Amino acid sequence: MTSQSTPAGPPLVRAVNAIKEFGSTRVLDGIDLEVHRGEVVCLLGPSGSGKTTFLRLINQMERLTGGRIWVDGELLGVEERGGRLHVRKDRDIARQRARIGMVFQRFNLFPHMTALENVVEAPVHVKRMNPAEARRQGLRLLELVGLAERADYYPSQLSGGQQQRVAIARALAMEPELMLFDEPTSALDPELVGEVLTVMRDLADSGMTMIVVTHEMSFAREVADRVVFMDAGVVVEEGDPEQVLRSPREPRTRAFLDRVRREEQVLEQRAARELEDLGPEPSDPS
Amino acid sequence: MSEPDRARPPAGDAEERPGLIEAVPVRHPWRWVAVAVIAVLTAMLLNLLLTNPIYNWPFVFEAMIQEPVIRGLLIGTLGATVLGMVFGVLGGVLLAVMRLSENPVLRGVSWVYTWFFRAIPRYVLIVTMGVLGALFPEGISLGVPFDWLIIDALGLSGDWRFVTLDAYAVFGGYFGAVLALASSEAAYMAEIARSGILSVDRGQVEAAQALGMSPGLAMRRIILPQAMRVIIPPTGNELISMLKDTSLLTGLPLTTELFFQMQSIGSRTFQTFPVLVGATLYYLALSSVLMVGQAWVERRFGRGVSPSATPRQRTVVAPAAGDGSGAQ
Repeated sequence: MTSQSTPAGPPLVRAVNAIKEFGSTRVLDGIDLEVHRGEVVCLLGPSGSGKTTFLRLINQMERLTGGRIWVDGELLGVEERGGRLHVRKDRDIARQRARIGMVFQRFNLFPHMTALENVVEAPVHVKRMNPAEARRQGLRLLELVGLAERADYYPSQLSGGQQQRVAIARALAMEPELMLFDEPTSALDPELVGEVLTVMRDLADSGMTMIVVTHEMSFAREVADRVVFMDAGVVVEEGDPEQVLRSPREPRTRAFLDRVRREEQVLEQRAARELEDLGPEPSDPS
Repeated sequence: MSEPDRARPPAGDAEERPGLIEAVPVRHPWRWVAVAVIAVLTAMLLNLLLTNPIYNWPFVFEAMIQEPVIRGLLIGTLGATVLGMVFGVLGGVLLAVMRLSENPVLRGVSWVYTWFFRAIPRYVLIVTMGVLGALFPEGISLGVPFDWLIIDALGLSGDWRFVTLDAYAVFGGYFGAVLALASSEAAYMAEIARSGILSVDRGQVEAAQALGMSPGLAMRRIILPQAMRVIIPPTGNELISMLKDTSLLTGLPLTTELFFQMQSIGSRTFQTFPVLVGATLYYLALSSVLMVGQAWVERRFGRGVSPSATPRQRTVVAPAAGDGSGAQ
């Protein structure tokens, strides 16, 4: 849309001292984070660091225990009236969610609907869009993610990568201002990761504001405007992806990145060995 | 690993490559014994059915097409089954949603209702319904609850009742019959619907919510259609039970009902056995029709999940043509 990655104007997402507790366990311990329009931010960190929880707070899948989060200047989950905070009504929360698209690790497509019906569902029943128009928009979005010819397939007839691309189209159908991705490629077979990342890269190029929880370091390096490294419920380090990923300041970041790299090497070596076992002439490594 | 040639088929073209398998199948002598036993038993049964004069087949069929029997079949048996089931299912879904709600009062009410109505035998419930009028000797009125207290407190006179009905007529008639069946059915359906709703993956609710759907809309468009897959098979059983339980409506007493009408022909003509055979034939036929219907509905709600129910996709025709509704 407009200027990319120039933090002009108020931030689209602003979290101040965001705290989340499950029972007596503190999962998020005071997160401060701003995301500006058009920015792509990747959240990195070991599992259990709270990055998925933080994402779910923004879409109010979880309720904030402490601190505040604003999206587009509007306080999430609660509103201030007469000097007191009041919990928002379901309808109000639904309205706030409708402006934020979310893509899940396990796709969560509606299995009883075709790909197109999945995409058309919310515009027609939430936004009250004219069904014919929603259908046209839905086909356009499926084309955008390269699945126009799969419009009438049910999710069970699609590969994981295709399902995730339909899920992205479904989220885009609500014309969100912000897209949240919760480990969108973690449940995919390795050879299907690429097609989903390509769609996400195109989306980032088109100027969409995105917060992505991911373990794909190369995606973070190439696409993100900023990476945020979290551990044990706090932001340890954030900044330019090149800088954070290549020469992290914090020892915890360094330890995590080293571990990820070692794991990647092990996987690559194993893959190479398997290829050798298969036969004398390994086909071109893609 | 010492004999690699054994593990792999010989690749050299000198050896002949094995062709199609033509092997002698395993023999099953006991199957033939079973067939023989069953054949004898079937012959005995047919002999009993066809040669025993007590059956009086012509009379069976004649009784089955008597006008009061047909009326009873349509009104008391089929009618009460359909109405009892419709209200039973609606009530059951409502109770299930209440049971799963965050409101402890609604949860409690649903639990108590289910506990109460599951404990009462249907026949007892129906007989009780027939005499429920005794509780309301002045009839049942529609109006402001506790109007006499309010009127007293305000120092007024008269009443705030708009319609008054005879309680015996209300509960002892067709309304009472449907009410008894539906209220009992709702208790069973509540458990069935609850298990159906719980069977839907939690991620589905989250996906619906993330799209901005309200809880009600998510329930109606996303959760219930998927829960149906789990709900329908036991509901088919319930429907067939309901069909059979309409024969208990005699206890109300409701007489425009298949079984009562068949029996009354039997007692008038002393042909007690043939009329029972006639009733059995009717119940068999109706249950069979319901089973076919159930299979159809199961396929309908299995879309996208069970392979047999998922239509082969057509390729998309001219996207620009947008033929209207996206649903279905």
